[in-house]
Amino acid sequence: MLDNLTNRLSRVIKTLRGEARLTESNVADALREVRMALLEADVALPVVRDFIAAVKQKAMGEEVIGSLTPGQALVGVVQRELSALMGGENAALNLAVTPPAVILMAGLQGSGKTTTSGKLAKFLAEQKKKPLLASCDVYRPAAIEQLRSIAAQLQIDFFESGSAQKPRDIALAALDYAKKHYHDVLIVDTAGRLAIDAAMMQEITELHAALGPAETLFVVDAMQGQDAVNVAKAFSDALPLTGVVLTKLDGDARGGAALSVRQVTGKPIKFAGVGEKLAALEAFHPERMAARILGMGDVLSLVEEARKSVDVAEAQKLAEKIKKGKGFDLEDFKQQIGQMRKMGGLSSMIDKLPAQLAQAAQAQSADMGEKQMRRIEGIINSMTPQERARPELMKAARKRRVAAGAGVQVQEVNRLLHQFEQMQKMMKQMQKGGMAKMMRGMKGMIPGMR
Amino acid sequence: MFSFLKKSAEAAPAPSWGERLKAGLARTRVQIGGLFGGGKIDAALYEELEEALLCADTGVAATQFLLDNLRQQVKKKGLSDSRELKAALREGLATLIAPLERPLLIEGHQPFIIMLAGVNGAGKTTSIGKLAKFFQAQGKSVLLAAGDTFRAAAREQLTIWGERNQVAVITQQGGDPAAVIFDAIQAARARKIDIVLADTAGRLPTQLHLMEEIRKVKRVIAKADASAPHEVLLVLDANTGQNALSQVKSFDDALGLTGLILTKLDGTAKGGVVAAIARERPVPIRFIGIGEGIDDLRPFIAQDFAAALVDSD
Repeated sequence: MLDNLTNRLSRVIKTLRGEARLTESNVADALREVRMALLEADVALPVVRDFIAAVKQKAMGEEVIGSLTPGQALVGVVQRELSALMGGENAALNLAVTPPAVILMAGLQGSGKTTTSGKLAKFLAEQKKKPLLASCDVYRPAAIEQLRSIAAQLQIDFFESGSAQKPRDIALAALDYAKKHYHDVLIVDTAGRLAIDAAMMQEITELHAALGPAETLFVVDAMQGQDAVNVAKAFSDALPLTGVVLTKLDGDARGGAALSVRQVTGKPIKFAGVGEKLAALEAFHPERMAARILGMGDVLSLVEEARKSVDVAEAQKLAEKIKKGKGFDLEDFKQQIGQMRKMGGLSSMIDKLPAQLAQAAQAQSADMGEKQMRRIEGIINSMTPQERARPELMKAARKRRVAAGAGVQVQEVNRLLHQFEQMQKMMKQMQKGGMAKMMRGMKGMIPGMR
Repeated sequence: MFSFLKKSAEAAPAPSWGERLKAGLARTRVQIGGLFGGGKIDAALYEELEEALLCADTGVAATQFLLDNLRQQVKKKGLSDSRELKAALREGLATLIAPLERPLLIEGHQPFIIMLAGVNGAGKTTSIGKLAKFFQAQGKSVLLAAGDTFRAAAREQLTIWGERNQVAVITQQGGDPAAVIFDAIQAARARKIDIVLADTAGRLPTQLHLMEEIRKVKRVIAKADASAPHEVLLVLDANTGQNALSQVKSFDDALGLTGLILTKLDGTAKGGVVAAIARERPVPIRFIGIGEGIDDLRPFIAQDFAAALVDSD
């Protein structure tokens, strides 16, 4: 996620290496690079302008002059401003109203409203709420059917509607139903609409008036381009939005839309959609996101996700082992693969690592799909506990036995061992220090700190 | 025989089509066209131009390219009025995207197998519905294959499109996408159908296992007919920013694309990404979607597109 922006900003900051101190002109160069990076990342131009102006002002101010490490100060300013732009703290849903609390979903076609509605229902059900799903999308073929089958998958109540009905009638009937059946939350999915389609915008304004929702969420595709700023403005003018959901963040989009939408609507991004599975919804953390964009990774998110998908004791054990770097054996490797599968695959995990590490990891395992993971598990399962604990025991005869046991070629066993070795190296790097390692990484880039 | 698609699109129900494209791109047009009010050509004007192009999702590299080209023109032709810049920019843009104008020719194979791919929510299923109508209007028989077996109700969605067009849809309950499409090809052969449109589930290029799956779909299609698929289309949402380019690259690397469909061009400010695609991975744009109606899918015409993007009249 956002790899490209991360890489670019890392490079920008690197160009400051070797400069004895920041001058007006080399800051200008760096800022132009930042500007280009943000534009290429699809951050809308007006937002970029404001951002650059703010950073420049701060960077030229006392903070830099008083600082011993100007490069560090610039990184700091960029990160602070980025965080500020994305809006400080993570904002939760506010459903503290007389039940049922209504959540109204709005957005362009194909932004992911229906899937997100399902994800939200699951999220709320996990918090011991009793949600009801209803679809007012009478336009797209089978849109109602889609939500119905998502609801069935999740075993969440669904309010029946038909494409011959009027959206407003569906909404009111659903609200009535939710009241009668003591639902805590009613999630109303709507049709995708263009911001310039006056009739459709009027329709959703009326829906809003009829429902009086506690939350009106604007669903935005993280891949959206410059237009995000116009669309967000139109939706925010037509509806009193209370928050934003950023979808498809698991792609390689640079995600500039997040910044634009946040800036234009002034509303917090409450959730991020990070995968196709209905559990792939995360609370959005602006601080972490800003750090991630700057190449500092998102280890915190990773830990949280791990907590959710695997049992806590196991995760802690693993985290400790990763920290220590020592004793990370094939058994752990296997466990980790199992957990990774639970957490949505390797790529979603690599996303959360700091940039340099992620690159190394990607190079190692770009081709390691689900199938590959299962094969690796098979190979490790064919080893004795002793071999798993001490992979260096694996010599030719043992390799032959394991290969035969797992039904693979010896080469594949070799490849696994090699991969494991690389992994172990990576873990050691990480162990040398979460923060400490990153600081050293930065030391290389920043003059005056060595 | 040659480019009959284009002719029919121009001749048949398309009197308003240039207008509609212009209306769709109105916002971009005002942003870019509005700059040419007359007056001197100076650095500030170039800067405004740069920003306008960037705002249309043209991307940094393509914008730079277009502006360098424009500067050369100004020097060479001694342009001095900002209005003359407009024509020069339109020309530059049209020349850049001209190689993408290669209409899809349905010939040489029966059934002619068209496979569609794209990220989630790009508009694949809707495009298939529109394509079915488009081909039927040319007297071709069409069969739809519901290869999106993943997303909830994708099958039903395609079935409804089939009913609207009175076209057969081959589906399977929870089947393997490759198997569904394989069956559809067999059925098309038995029924002497001209064109098979194969839907696939949306996928992001970062989901490596899904990219592997779609490669398999293509391989299985080739098993049903060694020369197939005859067309591999990537459906792109025109709202997408620079990631559109990375989608084209990833899907092209995985599948060997033969064409693109650019959908949802009827919103506001967008379309510039076409220039970026022309520069970095020139896969022909077979169709563009300019509205929600079933007739709103049209062949891509570079001159019209450039004019719609630049002209302010």
